[in-house]
Amino acid sequence: MNARQKRRLGLAVAVSVGVAAGVALMLYAFQQNLLYFYSPSQVAAGLVEPQTTFRLGGLVAQGSVQHETGSMEVRFALTDGAHSLPVHYSGLLPDLFREGQGIVTLGRLNEAGVFVAQEVLAKHDENYMPPEVAEALTEAGQAPVGISW
Amino acid sequence: MAEFLAMGGYAFFVWGAYGLVAVVLIGNAAVPWWRHRRLRNKGSGQGKAH
Amino acid sequence: MFHRFTALSSPRHFYAIASAWLPWLSVLTALGFAVGLYWGLVVAPPDYQQGEAYRIIYVHVPSAWLSLMVYTVMAGAGLVALVWHVKLAEIAVYECAVLGAWFTALALGTGMLWGKPMWGTWWQWGDARMLSELILLFLYIGVLGLHNAFADSRKGARVAAVLALAGIVNIPIIHYSVEWWNTLHQGATVTRFDKPAAHSSMLWPLLFMGTMFILYFSTVLLARIRVRILEQEADRQWAEEVRRG
Repeated sequence: MNARQKRRLGLAVAVSVGVAAGVALMLYAFQQNLLYFYSPSQVAAGLVEPQTTFRLGGLVAQGSVQHETGSMEVRFALTDGAHSLPVHYSGLLPDLFREGQGIVTLGRLNEAGVFVAQEVLAKHDENYMPPEVAEALTEAGQAPVGISW
Repeated sequence: MAEFLAMGGYAFFVWGAYGLVAVVLIGNAAVPWWRHRRLRNKGSGQGKAH
Repeated sequence: MFHRFTALSSPRHFYAIASAWLPWLSVLTALGFAVGLYWGLVVAPPDYQQGEAYRIIYVHVPSAWLSLMVYTVMAGAGLVALVWHVKLAEIAVYECAVLGAWFTALALGTGMLWGKPMWGTWWQWGDARMLSELILLFLYIGVLGLHNAFADSRKGARVAAVLALAGIVNIPIIHYSVEWWNTLHQGATVTRFDKPAAHSSMLWPLLFMGTMFILYFSTVLLARIRVRILEQEADRQWAEEVRRG
């Protein structure tokens, strides 16, 4: 490699490193703004500005789902193991919605501390297995439903 | 067979995804093949005097 | 060994080598896809959670893997083009950008078709994985645009290579996005330091399809560079002889 090529190599590496450093700095600064959803614990800790529309993420608490007969309304609770928030929603639910399922929902907290949702999305985990394997795990006391936070 | 095509009710999404992939991958494979054939035909049609 | 490498970088030699390999690679790729599609669509069992819808994984994940891998190859070719001014590397930057853009578009498109039934939404702007993959598509298009913006295609290739290198930071961002931020997109199933999170009956067809996508990319890249060489070297005698058959 001659001197000119060495210089070009140095320039190319410098450009890549420079841009990477700049982006890293930007990402660090924007850490807060890129947060996609809050957990019930974060809401309980008062990290969410009042009167704002935000995303809430958690697992559907066991035994918390109540469908209003004859309407699209449903009530359930989202939990992250430490805190739980009641959610009220009227509309289409994703196919994967059920107790223990990970959920990300968009809405606002009302005065009664209930999260009124305008959108409910299912967040599934990265695990894939046939039904028989899932059944075997459940019988062994390690049911795989839900997400790993 | 009908069950296979239905994909548990998700036929539109599953076959839509596979269809998309098929069109793009086959298309991208066809382009250089076709361009090469065209170049070859153009060349053989002309007798160049050296 | 270095001599063999420099011989390969001659367009004429590359054309000969590529022409010899292509028929075999093409047949292997076609057969491989037939096997992989049957494996993923028929043999693999349904998922306990997502049922049959999860089968999109066998085209979505390989597309996403390739979108990242091709960018890395493109950046590597860009480095060679910038430092050593190798013509073949300049061509490779452009052809990788075309194929990489398509893989990225496929990752996004199949992802949307998978997200709608399973998550309940086609797209979420606030999701770091989706956003960074979309930026990857813009980077690819930027590389193509820069290349075409110059009348001197050799200069255009080198300017495009600078963009390719600058954007390399996006690759680890895309990969770690699901770890660094709260996202709707789930975490890594395969590319992680832990045990893979997929049952072997589903993991093996996925790895096989990933390999087939890499084989496809190699084959089509070879074919595209080969025909590009024939076009660019058109006035050389060896090229005329090839065209006349």
